[in-house]
Amino acid sequence: MREITYLQALTEALREEMHRDPNVFIMGEDIGLHGGIFQVTKGLFQEFGPKRVRNTPISEAGFVGAAIGASVTGTRPVAELMYVDFTAVAMDQIANQMAKLRYMFGGKAKLPMVIRTQQGGGRGNAAQHSQSLEAWFTHVPGIKVVLPATPKDAKGLLKTAIRDDNPVLFLEHKLLYATKGIVPDGDYTIPFGQAEVKREGKDITLVSYSLMLLKTLKAAEELAQEGIDAEVIDLKTLVPLDLAAVIRSVQKTGRLVICHEAHRRCGAGADLAAQVMEEAFDYLDAPVQRVAALDVPIPYNGKLEMATLPQEKDVIEAVKRII
Amino acid sequence: MELSSDKLLIMYEDMVKIRRFEEKAIEFFTQGLIRGSMHLYIGEEAVAVGVCHALRQDDYIVSTHRGHGHCLAKGTDINRTMAELLGKATGCCKGKGGSMHIADLDTGNLGANGIVAAGIPVAVGAALSSQYRGTDQVAVAFFGDGATNQGVFHESMNLAAIWRLPVLFVCENNLYGITVPAKEAVAVTDIADRAKAYNIPGVIVDGNDVRAVYQAACQAVARARAGAGPTLLECKTYRHEGHYKGDPCVYRSDEELRQWKERDPIQHLAKVLVGEGIAAQTELEQIHRQVEQAIAAASAFALESPEPSPEDLLQDVFAS
Repeated sequence: MREITYLQALTEALREEMHRDPNVFIMGEDIGLHGGIFQVTKGLFQEFGPKRVRNTPISEAGFVGAAIGASVTGTRPVAELMYVDFTAVAMDQIANQMAKLRYMFGGKAKLPMVIRTQQGGGRGNAAQHSQSLEAWFTHVPGIKVVLPATPKDAKGLLKTAIRDDNPVLFLEHKLLYATKGIVPDGDYTIPFGQAEVKREGKDITLVSYSLMLLKTLKAAEELAQEGIDAEVIDLKTLVPLDLAAVIRSVQKTGRLVICHEAHRRCGAGADLAAQVMEEAFDYLDAPVQRVAALDVPIPYNGKLEMATLPQEKDVIEAVKRII
Repeated sequence: MELSSDKLLIMYEDMVKIRRFEEKAIEFFTQGLIRGSMHLYIGEEAVAVGVCHALRQDDYIVSTHRGHGHCLAKGTDINRTMAELLGKATGCCKGKGGSMHIADLDTGNLGANGIVAAGIPVAVGAALSSQYRGTDQVAVAFFGDGATNQGVFHESMNLAAIWRLPVLFVCENNLYGITVPAKEAVAVTDIADRAKAYNIPGVIVDGNDVRAVYQAACQAVARARAGAGPTLLECKTYRHEGHYKGDPCVYRSDEELRQWKERDPIQHLAKVLVGEGIAAQTELEQIHRQVEQAIAAASAFALESPEPSPEDLLQDVFAS
């Protein structure tokens, strides 16, 4: 089995899907010869040419809208937004058009498009380039929301996203690109709406996704040293959500901590906590805890940034509050 | 590009149909059978009809919040259009879209749109798709004067220009946004001048002369199909009704409205048809009777159609 980076896994997924289906094309800023600011599209321009790998001008609303029009008329565009923070620039197209066209048109329209982007802080990119905004898209009916944490999941989930006939917001993480992991050879997909127990345990359930999942797993290893056996679940997708997997685990452990890098206030954890309370109240032996970023714009200074974003120690503290 | 008598008569009938449809919609709205807000196309019929007659069924259009005229001109069944306004299950959007989101993919209508200018990049995308797939389909974006102040209009023009996409940008300049006149909101007098900024042709046409609109649209369509890229077509026109049904129109004078009504596109074409000996007055009256029958049938269809079922509510969020 080979180990490759999250970044390489994404490039492979794009290349393989572009070979598989001639209707798939990609567009975004600097994705052509340069290969993308994060190098996810490296080599694709050379291989597929300018018709299928298109540099766009700095026109997020314009090219997201173009992806919408292209997807509803028979092609399968994968548009890259350089930073998730820029979804704000294209938000009308994302939330009022992409999410709603199919429903408003009575189901005739099909929008098989993917918006790929990357989230997260920890590199000193400061408030406008460090956000985690999955809650925004989870809140708007009509968008699938995907957050892979590992190279294997990144490749399999991106293939699923491209093959899905629905709009997908595919949220990578800037600090995950360099992480390595085992990725199977050959073609494989990973389905949406299927969470994965990445560490089995019996004392407490820890639910997470994206980069925070890795911190949560590290926290679980530390907790194990102290005799606390945590079960760690990777949600992988928020829409569709595998609530049943979380409930099953809570039924076993009775305690739940939800960990995400996004802000605490109205983060996806708040919704998940409410759903677990609604569905599994009798199984809870303690209030659901959330580990999340403080509700401040993410600061530039390194120490301030570290203190704003949730870390491994915050997961451990949250566990100890209710164990 | 040649306009036969037959074609002119069809255009006449199409314009009358739109006019009578809108007048009927006013009745239903007043009775509370059409909910929300409604934006009427009365007075602008020549633009939709002139442009859509220059298109094929497999060409695409994207419309505005004022979209009933484009919908009918592009060929959607009038019964299903009326049923959609009444929110019925037989509507072209199964009752889920309503007036501002009326769409019909079978006739290439990628939808009316409740967000000003938001459909424009979608039309650019449809043109991109056509270019990508190697067909010679074209896409038309309809929008008003107000929309040309939205950022996404400019992004769309630039994108279409740099990629030489087969798209027509058709501006229906009816001189007002909602209540603010274009001369107070738009930095240029002629919207067509905005084409210069994107290095594409900008053409001005009398939007109340369906023949002129048709000719100009044919030229722009031919350009697009030949791979020569986009055109901005500014149709000077006027809406007889307010921005929305119920608008008190404090922002314009009765005199201005009267002057524009003298240039009513339907009456203008009638004069041409009779004056040039293309049709007799009795033929036009026959057309009006046919249209009345079609409107009556559409109204009955819409009124008698069922509401969507509760189960329909959760359908069609995602494709499976």
